[in-house]
Amino acid sequence: MEERKEILRVEDLHKSYGTNKVLQGISLNIKQGQTKVIIGPSGTGKSTLLTCVNYLNPPDKGRIWLEGEEIIYSEREINKIRQKKGFVFQQFNLFNHLTALGNVMVGLTEVLKKKKKEAREKAMYELERVGMADCAEQYPAELSGGQQQRVGIARALAMDPLLIMFDEPTSALDPELMGEVLDNMTKLALEGMTLLVVTHEMGFARAVADDIIFMENGRIVEEGPPEKLIMNPEKKRTIEFLQKITQLYGED
Amino acid sequence: MIEYLPGLFRGVIVTIKLGFSFFIFGFVVGNIIAIGQVYGNKFISLFCAGFAWVFRSLPALVILYLWYFGFNLSPFLAAVLALGLRTAAYQSQFFRGAIQSIARGQMTAARSLGMSKLRAVVKIIMPQMLRLSLPYISNEYAITIKDTSLAFAIGVVEILKEGRLIITVLHNPMDIFMIIAVIYLIITRGGTYLLSLLEKHYRIPGFEISN
Repeated sequence: MEERKEILRVEDLHKSYGTNKVLQGISLNIKQGQTKVIIGPSGTGKSTLLTCVNYLNPPDKGRIWLEGEEIIYSEREINKIRQKKGFVFQQFNLFNHLTALGNVMVGLTEVLKKKKKEAREKAMYELERVGMADCAEQYPAELSGGQQQRVGIARALAMDPLLIMFDEPTSALDPELMGEVLDNMTKLALEGMTLLVVTHEMGFARAVADDIIFMENGRIVEEGPPEKLIMNPEKKRTIEFLQKITQLYGED
Repeated sequence: MIEYLPGLFRGVIVTIKLGFSFFIFGFVVGNIIAIGQVYGNKFISLFCAGFAWVFRSLPALVILYLWYFGFNLSPFLAAVLALGLRTAAYQSQFFRGAIQSIARGQMTAARSLGMSKLRAVVKIIMPQMLRLSLPYISNEYAITIKDTSLAFAIGVVEILKEGRLIITVLHNPMDIFMIIAVIYLIITRGGTYLLSLLEKHYRIPGFEISN
């Protein structure tokens, strides 16, 4: 197999809130087309890690490379960097005053400076990809959670990002709505999109992830492909966590 | 009495001009103050909060006198600035409240797309802020439009002043004040009606506010 291009590399990332050390030296890398899933107990820094990687929440220490180029933080540079990294939020965060179509278009017109017509076509294409073309003219308040999240995915996709980061994309959804979102994520992974996903959905992790990262207390405890990390974990904490999560969510 | 009506009409025009000028000026400044207070650095934020505090704490008449006697301005300009900054202070606090009621995630999502902070404020935050605060702005208009009558104190010849001039000749205060009262009713109601049309025009699901 050919050596795949490295999309994202993170080295020794640290972040504290006051005396609370949320991230204590996280290093990871992700290659083109890979799907990496981060699991771990609540309050362990998983979401903080994603926001730090995007400088929505600048890290205290650590280095980040995107496509082999180190990110040097500056207010101007960072806007360009963020365009290349899609972000899908737990709470969807669709823009409330824009239609589904408007939500997907706004990054194209305002950030990438595309013409309205071109942006509209691209946005419709992305909405179609997530099965939301029929709801293009509806406002977020008129959509179900699952539909909103699919628009959120389309919004990220429209920017043609190098990778998409998902921050617990199904945690705010009713179980029957999770499927439509997870199906779309699986589709993306199969199409070769690079994904970095924080989730508790072990079914998705097992089926789609190339690697699973188990994080606790701001550190990576263990990382490996699903068959190893789920079936045959090395660390005691990983075993305990997996047992707990199986009890909670059931075997699938 | 008919021959005095043109004078009264001139007064109406001055009142409407003054009212719209200071209210729109206050609206623009109020926006800037609110955004400065929420998104500005420490210094800007403190300055904006201080502005809002000072202009909400002084009687309108005192502000009018300060501008008029302090800066050697024409009565009309002094009135626009004084009343405008006062309503700006009040409006800024409606806007600020509206901004703070918008979920933080809206800003985060805008920034994650690569928008600069300013662009995110203009394209994402402000359209929502204005929709949320329009009913309160309409209320503020109804309250402050009547303050135009205070400009009389620094010599703006608006409707009240014109009315008093007529009364000194005709000695019929009841008639004239009744006419003036009706005119104020029309100006106030007309303005709030226009604002309610604006509200309806920009209404979208998710921003329902029972007024």
